[in-house]
Amino acid sequence: MSHAAIADKRPGSLRGARLPQWGPYAIAAGSVAAGLGISAGAGLHSSIQWALIAAVLYVLGTYGIAARVEGRRQAKDRVATSFVWVAFLLAVIPLASLVWATVKRGVKVLDGYFLTHSMGVVADSEPGGGIYHAILGSLEQVGLATLIGAPIGVLTAIYLVEYGRGRLAKAVTFFVDVMTGIPSIVAGLFILSIMLMLKMQPFGFAGSLALAILMMPVVVRSTEEMLKLVPNELREASLALGVPKWRTILKVVLPTSIGGITTGVMLAIARIAGETAPVLLLVFGNPFINSNPFEGAQASLPLYIYQQYSQSAGSTYAYDRAWAASLTLIAFVMILNLLARGIARWKAPKTGR
Amino acid sequence: MAKRIDVSGLTAYYGSHKAIDDISMTVEPRSVTAFIGPSGCGKSTFLRTLNRMHEVTPGGRVEGKVLLDDEDLYGAGVDPVSVRREVGMVFQRPNPFPTMSIFDNVAAGLRLNGNYRKSELNDIVEKSLRGANLWNEVKDRLNKPGSGLSGGQQQRLCIARAIAVEPDVLLMDEPCSALDPISTLAIEDLIGELKERFTIVIVTHNMQQAARVSDRTAFFNLAAVGQPGKLVEIDDTERIFSNPSVQATEDYISGRFG
Repeated sequence: MSHAAIADKRPGSLRGARLPQWGPYAIAAGSVAAGLGISAGAGLHSSIQWALIAAVLYVLGTYGIAARVEGRRQAKDRVATSFVWVAFLLAVIPLASLVWATVKRGVKVLDGYFLTHSMGVVADSEPGGGIYHAILGSLEQVGLATLIGAPIGVLTAIYLVEYGRGRLAKAVTFFVDVMTGIPSIVAGLFILSIMLMLKMQPFGFAGSLALAILMMPVVVRSTEEMLKLVPNELREASLALGVPKWRTILKVVLPTSIGGITTGVMLAIARIAGETAPVLLLVFGNPFINSNPFEGAQASLPLYIYQQYSQSAGSTYAYDRAWAASLTLIAFVMILNLLARGIARWKAPKTGR
Repeated sequence: MAKRIDVSGLTAYYGSHKAIDDISMTVEPRSVTAFIGPSGCGKSTFLRTLNRMHEVTPGGRVEGKVLLDDEDLYGAGVDPVSVRREVGMVFQRPNPFPTMSIFDNVAAGLRLNGNYRKSELNDIVEKSLRGANLWNEVKDRLNKPGSGLSGGQQQRLCIARAIAVEPDVLLMDEPCSALDPISTLAIEDLIGELKERFTIVIVTHNMQQAARVSDRTAFFNLAAVGQPGKLVEIDDTERIFSNPSVQATEDYISGRFG
């Protein structure tokens, strides 16, 4: 029995000491208390400071206590968990406080009247007025941009995944990547230069064109990923039935991935709905209702928010209106996201029995 | 129905890599021909050249002739889409269309090709499902998704889908390798029935299966890894398994290598 001579370092039992269930919570509570105590003692006033101290104490404390009680391997595991929690809080706190602030300030003037009236003859410093003209403008501009951007984007993605070989595909991929990085103001300037050449006045559709430019690469990228997820076996099964390639794409590949593609398009819409810069250059803004996107200046929600804030001259009414419009914009984007999720779930390939 | 396949001097490439070299053989109508051989010897590649699926793979190209009752599949002006309507295929892993119901899966070939009469569709689907021995198991849930079936049922659904377009030849690329013995038996019985109507070519790694289902067996081999695969011999299944004319075949069948 030679190996009996080697000292067996393993513990006799498979059970080791464990921190109690409430251990992590106790450490968290302790580090928050310590953070508050330290900052009170040192006379620090910012809440960011005590929170950071508490976060550092939490991670270090978790490691120290867990290493003492449970051993080093479990301590590393617990530290990883605590890092995840800290990162989660760091990400959620700004988001939650943003939504909170917007709701708190936005609900003041947000009512049926506000949603159904324009600014019209209401001066920026006066109460009253509404965002009907801005909602209308936003819907028209974003809608037209989607009508242009989404089909081109989806078709480009289909080309890249299903047909693209060689240099042209590589060039298209490269330029899509470049387009992803175009600042929105540059897209606006590009369309503006064309408008100036043709001696045109600002109108809604010009904004749509710039928004479509911004939307396309996002749609291409997300659709490409979704089409790549469709198993090749499905394409081959369809081709082996004697189905032409274009019909295979139309009837097999697209239906399989339609949920993901819709989600991608919706997210792209959400992204362009908040664009201000190109709208400012090309659509100009208009306090009156203009339902024709092809002629005359229009308003849009992000532009309305910017103008209420910048031209308010300290008027609290204008501030309130800007916040209410922000809340409307966030709600619009959120509804779009919910819609996208609903469609994705509805259209997802079913596995029921 | 059920056509003869005559292959002469067929060489297939993936880009510059030669996958199979100079293969010639005849596949009789209304019979089952099994392809056996070690992995990577080009059985599947050769199978895919028989309905021009090989060229779907990027870089795939073919030299040589494949005659389907005297018509060259690789002749000038031959549309690969119409070739595939005559030569159907069943794949290794069951691949029903996930967005379609059982009924739609079987009807897919007809619907996607657009050449059917609405009144016929129900009959064709029932006939195909019966032909694939699946009708009794699914007749009450034709509108449920095909992906809800078991692996063996899915594979029979794929066979029903393939025979619904009434091809002349049915190619099967290891149709049972993902299935349990009972589902395998069901498919083997089905192959025995289908050979009354179709010319069947089956690739298999299971030598007992080849011996059970096929009338003729072709043994493929490759000289070394990276070398193209070659046809060693093709003969009546009984002869291949009892008294093959090439030593390599006997070595492979008796498990001495490969």
